[in-house]
Amino acid sequence: MKRESLLAALGAIGLVACAWAVPWLKFVLTIALAKGIAVLGILLLLRAGQVSFGHSMFLALGAYTVAFLAPAENEVLLLLPAAALVAGGVGLVIGLFLVRYRDIFFGMLNLAFAMVLYSLLEKLYDFTKGTDGIRVAALTFAGTEPERGTQEWVVFGIALGLAILFGLLVRFYLGSPMGRALAGIKTRETRLEFMGVSARRVLLFAYVLSALMGGVGGALIAMTTRHVTPQIAYWTSSGELVFIAILGGAGSALGPFLGSVAFELVRVYAAAAVAEAWQMILGAVLLLVILFAPGGVWGLLSRRWRA
Amino acid sequence: MSEVLLSAKGLRLAFGGVKAADGIDLDVRHGEFLAIIGPNGAGKTTFINMTTGYLRPQAGRIEFDGKPILGLSPRAIVRRGIGRSFQLPQLFSEHTVLENAALAIAARRGIWSPLNPLLRPRWRDEAMDLLDRFGLRAVAEFRADALNEGARKLADIAMAVALEPSLLLMDEPTSGVAAAEKMVIVETLVRVLRSTGVTAVFVEHDMDVVARFADRVAVWSQGRIAALGPPGEVLADPKVRREVIGIAADA
Repeated sequence: MKRESLLAALGAIGLVACAWAVPWLKFVLTIALAKGIAVLGILLLLRAGQVSFGHSMFLALGAYTVAFLAPAENEVLLLLPAAALVAGGVGLVIGLFLVRYRDIFFGMLNLAFAMVLYSLLEKLYDFTKGTDGIRVAALTFAGTEPERGTQEWVVFGIALGLAILFGLLVRFYLGSPMGRALAGIKTRETRLEFMGVSARRVLLFAYVLSALMGGVGGALIAMTTRHVTPQIAYWTSSGELVFIAILGGAGSALGPFLGSVAFELVRVYAAAAVAEAWQMILGAVLLLVILFAPGGVWGLLSRRWRA
Repeated sequence: MSEVLLSAKGLRLAFGGVKAADGIDLDVRHGEFLAIIGPNGAGKTTFINMTTGYLRPQAGRIEFDGKPILGLSPRAIVRRGIGRSFQLPQLFSEHTVLENAALAIAARRGIWSPLNPLLRPRWRDEAMDLLDRFGLRAVAEFRADALNEGARKLADIAMAVALEPSLLLMDEPTSGVAAAEKMVIVETLVRVLRSTGVTAVFVEHDMDVVARFADRVAVWSQGRIAALGPPGEVLADPKVRREVIGIAADA
């Protein structure tokens, strides 16, 4: 636990140092932190033995909430909770239906909901501007409207702060009775029921929390890219989140951030090195992780510590 | 308080042409240890599954403490005070034995606290005390899937006891346990259950265990109760010895 906290602190310092030393990396790292927050939600579901292949719908809900609301209310400190509420609320409504299902049905139903949302975002042009997407209006931070360079630092700082906050929240949650019961769904759901505990309610709480974090991640992405398109809800985006979860490892709340930073850096550098084949490089990385490091980056680190 | 804790009347359930319960009438008395014996497929586990809400009988009724429980979910039945253990122990295999016990305690006290640790000092102490009573303190920090079968059975029952049931239904608590361990396990079980005043119904194949620890024995045969009474009487019945225990009547 001490090592985990130390790694988290070193990681946070390392990210700030990278963003300071290589300014263009600030954008990449902010996106990585935003995705890491969303992947924390995937991690929760993985603890219950469930995989969501449609979790990018919550990224999209968060991002579009910012895009829709920004012209009327552009305060980041209000937009972030609004995005979290919208995504969490939708997560609650569809979660009530989804938690009845397990395994492949759970995964594919998530995908189905995400694709319905993608289609709506793409087809309702008058409302969403279709594939052209929506440009996010200028944002204010606690009432101020900083210049571009400062604004990038502020969004990066907020993303880092929220990553630490949600990382701690997930860590405490996983060690709580609810978190341990969540892991119990994976191994002995029957026993939970015969202990008088509703496995569906346990999973629903995790699902809503994961939706909420997805919404926050999406809002941060919208605030960083300042342009939102339906692509964010597409199935490849959901696949990316699962990819990051596997890459980082589900053994710790640090895993999603290790995975997302590694993913974004590999993507950026692979795209720069071999523009036509960066997906192939990402695929090869995933294959190597599955074959040689099934616990992901976190698994490699913790194995080294134990050795 | 009525003498009868659990009352089953006219329970019927068939799976296709197989009658797993064919008119079961059984009263379980407060504080007794009732053993259920019978050949495989006689409907013993089906009775437990019906009583705990896992299966719903096609006819009949079940009352617990004078109130009907038929149609209630397993969760609701647990909350009424009926616990169960399983033939194949249902432990959370990725958790430690201590966490398993603490989670069962949390289930009774309320698990809906997302930020407080499961192993908070009070619950840890309570879980340790529970494991101590079952002789499992030494393996408290072991992962549940690392235990031998006897310890797994005890941990499974300890989790049911953590819920503080009035009635505990145990499905073959000694099956798969080495012969040398069997009596030790049952003695531990009986000591804990007697000390907490829990009424127990257990399915058992070992007649020595039945003879030594049961107050009454119910003999299941083809979905019916073929005999019911004190062990000395039932186990001496030539028909029971021949058809259920598989011993020649004059042996």
